[in-house]
Order: sequence, then C-alpha cells, then structure tokens
Amino acid sequence: MTLAEKILSKAAGKEVGAGDVTVVAVDVAMIQDGTGPLAVRQLEKAGMVRVANPNKTVLFLDHAAPSPRKELSNDHRALREFAGKTGCRLSEVGEGVCHQLIVEKYAAPGQVIIGADSHTCTAGALGAFATGMGSTDVAVGMALGQTWFRVPETFRVLVRGSFPPGVHPKDLILHLIGLLGADGATYKALEFDGPTIREMQMPGRFTLANMAVEAGAKAGIFPSDGITRSYLEQAGRGGEWLPLEADPDAAYERTVEIDVSDLEPTVSLPHTVDNTRTIGEVAGTPIQQVFLGSCTNGRLEDLAVAAAILRGRKVHPGTRLLVVPASRKVFLEAMDSGHLRTLVEAGGMVLAPGCGPCVGVHEGILGDGESSLNTSNRNFQGRMGNPEGFIYLGSPALAAATAVGGVLTDPRDFLE
Amino acid sequence: MILRGHAWKFGDSISTDHIAPGRYFHLRSDLPALAKHVLEDADPEFASRVQPGDFVVGGKNFGLGSSREHAPTIIKLAGVSACLAESFARIFFRNAINVGLPAAIVDTRRIVTGDLLELDLGGGSLHNLTQGYRLEVTKLPPTMLRILEEGGLLPFVAKHGGLEVGAQ
Ligand code: SF4
Repeated sequence: MTLAEKILSKAAGKEVGAGDVTVVAVDVAMIQDGTGPLAVRQLEKAGMVRVANPNKTVLFLDHAAPSPRKELSNDHRALREFAGKTGCRLSEVGEGVCHQLIVEKYAAPGQVIIGADSHTCTAGALGAFATGMGSTDVAVGMALGQTWFRVPETFRVLVRGSFPPGVHPKDLILHLIGLLGADGATYKALEFDGPTIREMQMPGRFTLANMAVEAGAKAGIFPSDGITRSYLEQAGRGGEWLPLEADPDAAYERTVEIDVSDLEPTVSLPHTVDNTRTIGEVAGTPIQQVFLGSCTNGRLEDLAVAAAILRGRKVHPGTRLLVVPASRKVFLEAMDSGHLRTLVEAGGMVLAPGCGPCVGVHEGILGDGESSLNTSNRNFQGRMGNPEGFIYLGSPALAAATAVGGVLTDPRDFLE
Repeated sequence: MILRGHAWKFGDSISTDHIAPGRYFHLRSDLPALAKHVLEDADPEFASRVQPGDFVVGGKNFGLGSSREHAPTIIKLAGVSACLAESFARIFFRNAINVGLPAAIVDTRRIVTGDLLELDLGGGSLHNLTQGYRLEVTKLPPTMLRILEEGGLLPFVAKHGGLEVGAQ
C-alpha cells in the first residue's frame, strides 16, 4: 500500500485502495478567516452548530490579520463567537499562518487532516493525509468528525543527489511543478522519498508538501522517520510520533526521479506556478517588491538563509523588502537569533505573523505594472490585490539576492 | 436535468483569483455583493452581462488555486446554470457539486461565446445547438451525482443524517 492508502485505510476502519470511495474519520479540521465565516454560516443554516472534536478543530485568524476593514473585523468577531459557542480552538490575530501552526501544534503521522484552505497539504510532510477542501466540506467534517474521499492514485517522487550551494528545496518543488504542469497531478497524491528526502529536515519537507497542490495534487505525503520524530520531540509532542513507510510492493501510477545535483535556482514567472525558468534565463528582470514569508517559506531557516545574504548589505533603493515570520514562535526565534535585526538593518520591514501580502487582502498590494518576487506558493494574476501586477516565485536565497540587486538575481552571486 | 443557455468562453487556467479576487475579500460575507465581481479579472464585462441560464465554459484546469468555495457559489448566484471545462481543479470541482452548481467535463475547444448549448448531465451529453454537434460529457462519479441531485452537500447530509457514501 502507498502512504495515502495506509492512512486512509486506518481512518476508514477497513482496507481501501486507489479508486475506492470511502468515509473516513477526521483527526484535525481547520478553517481560516477567509473560508471560516462561510463554513460557520453553513452550519448555522443546517442547524448543526456543533463540532465533533473541539480540541482538534481550529479557527485561524491569519489571512486578514490585523484586519484592514470593518467587514473583515466582523468576520473575525463571528469566528470568535463560534469558537466560544462550540469550544473549538481559536488562533488569534498575530499567532501566525494556519499551516505553520498546524504543523507546530496539531499534525502528527497517520492523521487525516482537512482544512478549508488549499495549502492544508503542508502537514503531509509529517506523514499525515492532509488536504484542502471548501467551506461546506470542512463544516460537515467539523460537525460529524467524518468526511468522504476517493482514495487517490499516487505519483512517487524519488529525489537523489545533494543540493548545490544556493539551491534549496523551494527550487526543487518549483522545478517539479514545471515538470508536471499545474494540473499534472490533479486528483493524485504525491509521495516523496529517496536519499535526499531522507536527509532533508522538516522545514524543507514542509516547503515541498505545501506546494503539492500547485501541481493539482490532493496531498503531498512523506514517510514518518527519525527526522519526523525529532521535530515532534522538539515541539514537545514526541508521544504523537509513529513510524510510517509505504510497502515495498506499493503500486504507483507514475514515478518521477529528480537528481538535485543538477538543479539551479528556479523562478516561476507570471501568471502560473508551472511557468518556470532557471535564474540564468531571467536574471535582470526589475523587481519593486520582495516578499519573504508565507506558509511555504516563512520559517526560521528561511529567514536565516535570507539574513546570511543581507548581512552587511542594503536592500536596493528601488525595491522594498517585506518580511513576514510564519508564526509567533518563528518571530521570537528570529529575534533571538538576530536575523530580524539583520533584515531590518538591511532596509527590510517586518510585518505581523500571518499571511501578509500573499493573498492581496491587506498589505503590500502592488501598483500597476509593478513586480514582486515572493517566497510564497502562487503567482496568479490579481493575487496580490492588483490584476495589473506581476508575481514571481523563488527561494528565500533568491529573494534576498533580488532584494539587494533590485532585479531578479542569482543567489550564487552572494556565496562566500 | 436538462439545462439550456448561452456560452461564455474563457481560456485555460482560470483561477479562483480570477473568479473571486482577493481584493474583494471583505465582501465574502455578502455574497450577492461579491457576485457583482464574479470572473472580473478574466472578463470585466461578464458580471454585468451574464443572463440567467448561461454557461461558463473554460478550458483546462478551470478553478485552480484556492479552496474558496465563494468561487463556485458566486458563479451560481450570478445565474449560471453550469460550468463546462476540459478539466477542473480538484477542490473547485468538489465545491461546485457541494453548492449545487453542475460542473461537467467535456471537450470545450470548439465552443465560442454566444453558442446556444443544451446539457444533459445525467444522460452524459452536450448539444451545441448553434454549431450543430453533440459531444459526450464525462459522467460524474456516483457519489457526486447523488450530492448534486439532492441540491448539494448540506441537503444531502440533512436527508441521510450523515455521509454514508461508502455503501454504494
Ligand atoms: S500564506 Fe498565502 S498561501 Fe499560505 S495560507 Fe496564507 S494566503 Fe494561503
């Protein structure tokens, strides 16, 4: 069995395989301030204002945090009220991005996690079956403690080789999406494995799993191994660890093999994530804004990579650098380690933990014709609040190099 | 269920940001107001000119992107009777069915804006009355067809007291 088949079989209480439709128990359910108000209204409309599992149901105030408008403030009020009524968990303004907090506090191997947010797949890095759904699906899942799935076929992604200096897991996932196409894995699970994956620490795994949906996938799943275990132990949740491996005879629809030793820093050009180029092909493109953050690359390690490049340098006068730690914990650690000081001294500005400018709601909205280089996961037209803006995606290293250069810049130019 | 209406043709990769742009995030709790901006970033005229019963016709990977169910919901609120596309992004497809908006996978390449179409989702066919040809429509999986026939996921759950889809 594949990892998806194993996890879903356990949650279904019977053996299921790719193609089967089954009802499964939900371990963790979450909504956020963009999708949550609709989920809550659906439950009210259906007379089902209850949650099956309040301690594992979480409401996040992160997409418009702090709120820029009264309508959104009232949405926040409605979610706080719902949490009060049902006893489910509320993650307040300033705590951080939902997917980062789910992996810090809730997700564990073998779980089924549903979220009214497409990047819920991030938690697959911990060996969970985690997937994004709409408000009504998650509302029903919250109320019943169950949902239904068609068990997906799996694409196996086998990764080998060592990352060359200046090349990071973000480059790998952009490369993979370029290879598969934005709909190349629709309805499928991606299962990551291979020697490079087995050595990769959790932050890199989170970045890969986070973007599985950008190839259309339902989930991006990793085996649960010693690295998973030490991550959970450091989070004080070692007891939630269990080992999880696919069977040696698991059936895969397709296997994709990538040797990262050949990879180069990679960029997605506007307006689709699969529109990828190596930095050599696009270096020199003027960039007015750099956004370092998001559920893809707003972790301590990401800020550290950027700080290493920006230390003793200045952000280009024609460019603004927005830094958004993914969570309060990341914010504190980045303060203690001096990375935030380095980034601010270089000319960057730090915004509240949360989604920040990622989705065009409240911060860092582009002007007509302006371009932003983001470490986030999506560059669709209009995403940053202006359909006349242009969004490029790259790694934190590429973001820092670009902030210094004012144009798309190869991070390898800054290697000591 | 036979649906008849005129086509609005869009290209490939119409994202949920085209359909329900983030800059109108504050209207998400006022869906009729949000529906005035439906598909605005793909065709600014669409929302003011769409007629009840019209079809939204996409190319490949229609509805890619975020999980925002507001996207199919405001397409439905705008009076659209069904979405047709060569392929749909997974979350959009499931959301459309959950909110009772028929979504049909069919070869849309020859359809142009203004064509009069007739969709028979249960029977699995699309008739282009303007151009005079018929196409086969991919059948919905049985679970999704039942949810759609019962008006969406909430009416389905209310009627059956749960999900109980494994039985089929
Ligand atoms: S950071 Fe961006 S991609 Fe991640 S949850 Fe927030 S809006 Fe979505």
